[in-house]
Amino acid sequence: MNRNLIFGGALSALMVLAALMSFVWTPFEHTAMDIPSKLQAPNGVHWLGTDHFGRDIFSMIMVGARTSIAVAVVAVGIGFSLGVPLGLWAAARRGSWADEIIMRGNDLIFAFPSLVIAILITAIFGAGAINAIIAIGIFNIPVFARVTRGGALSLWAREFILAARVSGKGAAWISAEHILPNIANLLIVQATIQFSLGILAEAALSYVGLGAQPPTPSWGRMLADAQTLVSIAPHMALVPGFAIILTVLGLNLLGDGLRDVLDPRLRVARS
Amino acid sequence: MLRYSLKRLLSLAISLIIASLVIFLVIEVAPGDPASFMLGINAQEDTLNALREELGLNQSKLERYLSWTFGMLQGDFGTSYTYRTPVADMVQDRLWVSLPLALYALTLSTLIAFPAGIYAAARRGRAGDIGVMGATQLGIAIPNFWFAMMLVLVFAINLRWFSAGGFAGWDKGTFAALKSLTLPAIALALPQAAILARVMRSALLDVLGEDFMRTARAKGLTRAQALRRHGLRNAMIPVLTILGLQFSFLLAGGIIIEQVFYLPGLGRLIFQSISARDLIVVESITMLLVFAVIVVNFAVDLAYAAVDPRLRSRT
Repeated sequence: MNRNLIFGGALSALMVLAALMSFVWTPFEHTAMDIPSKLQAPNGVHWLGTDHFGRDIFSMIMVGARTSIAVAVVAVGIGFSLGVPLGLWAAARRGSWADEIIMRGNDLIFAFPSLVIAILITAIFGAGAINAIIAIGIFNIPVFARVTRGGALSLWAREFILAARVSGKGAAWISAEHILPNIANLLIVQATIQFSLGILAEAALSYVGLGAQPPTPSWGRMLADAQTLVSIAPHMALVPGFAIILTVLGLNLLGDGLRDVLDPRLRVARS
Repeated sequence: MLRYSLKRLLSLAISLIIASLVIFLVIEVAPGDPASFMLGINAQEDTLNALREELGLNQSKLERYLSWTFGMLQGDFGTSYTYRTPVADMVQDRLWVSLPLALYALTLSTLIAFPAGIYAAARRGRAGDIGVMGATQLGIAIPNFWFAMMLVLVFAINLRWFSAGGFAGWDKGTFAALKSLTLPAIALALPQAAILARVMRSALLDVLGEDFMRTARAKGLTRAQALRRHGLRNAMIPVLTILGLQFSFLLAGGIIIEQVFYLPGLGRLIFQSISARDLIVVESITMLLVFAVIVVNFAVDLAYAAVDPRLRSRT
């Protein structure tokens, strides 16, 4: 069995589990303030300590996982559901004006500094989880379009596609029935990578105050709160930081592992 | 080469035009009227109108777009609504923080990544390679603003080697200025170095399998000589692409890092302008950053075509 897959899968599963668990149980109410016990280091009662309002950090991390995962899932979903059809279309009509326009449009979005545009969008249309999702999602579209087109192009030259065309199937039908299942591996791996990038982007936007708004907990904003208190309560910065790092690391390893398992040809080429 | 350059130049121009349109439209649909924001809720209608007239807000969208773009072509980025100073001057001051920061980080990232990538490729599959690759996995997963906070905690608060934030200013001497950019540059460079080291390693591994490398070894070069003379040069193409892309990441990524260290760079200016609804400043800085990214990528494209004639035939 693949080591990356097991380790990455376990870390990712742990985060998803924490997020799901938070719907039914958290050690404390994540919004409950308890000023007398503020800024406590990790101890028996508050496993990961408390913040400057005495809120339980473990509970906030669990609920924050929900925010991170939700934003990243929807953002990847936007990129996937728009990018994949565009990529399939471009590949089916390769060399045509449609292909040209789609690919040039992709290049253009790639050229934009994504973080600046995300900040612009959230700043102008209002800070919040929804706008953060849209801002992150837009930059996922060209990634999926490019991967899809690249994978689909090589398939269009294959004989089984020729056979499908001879049997009278149209381009859209062939794309859905023959191309898509054959590039599913590529797309799953790419989705894992984009998912981890989405979590990082959400954290960065929340950190500068443009992501999910209070009282919705988010890892990025927990770090922003920790910034001025880092010298007296380092755990406030360490805990959310480790949560982000472990999640992103887990997803990246999962992506690597999936690629190796789903596509044995790459394993030979890489080793 | 000339034909290729002209073709690329044309697509550069089209990209810039579309980018300026997109930015202009995003700012246009932004809710909130700058004039009423500046004068407050008690402003009279005629004062508002006078200010709108002065700022050029009464002109049609097309007129405003054209005067904005043609102004920028002549180096006139408009006048800030809140500070009443030319945006170009404000940007220039801030650029002297953001640009050195990006270059500093790029230098650090290259200095870390090249040796690490080459070392990993040379020891492929052995402990050294696995160690470097593990470290890069971690480097990619660490958010740079969190890493920045940890650097402040260790090197500014505990060890007191650096100040926790702020910028000394270039008039205090190059050393003092660079010193205050050191922690931010390290924080910015780390994730980029991790990505670059991975690209360097895989580019080298690709080249190592080539026939010409075997020939180089067959004619009597040692592994190290063959790597230096033939391997590195050929591995540089993908590495250059990533370096070009990284410069833009570093310029833009600086926006967040500037917040952590309270550096008076472009990033802080963008945030201040956004909260003051000083949209002309936001618009111009965004366009400037996009311009920098597109032009750097263009330069990288031309650089490869100069290095590798095969690429000229592809468009």
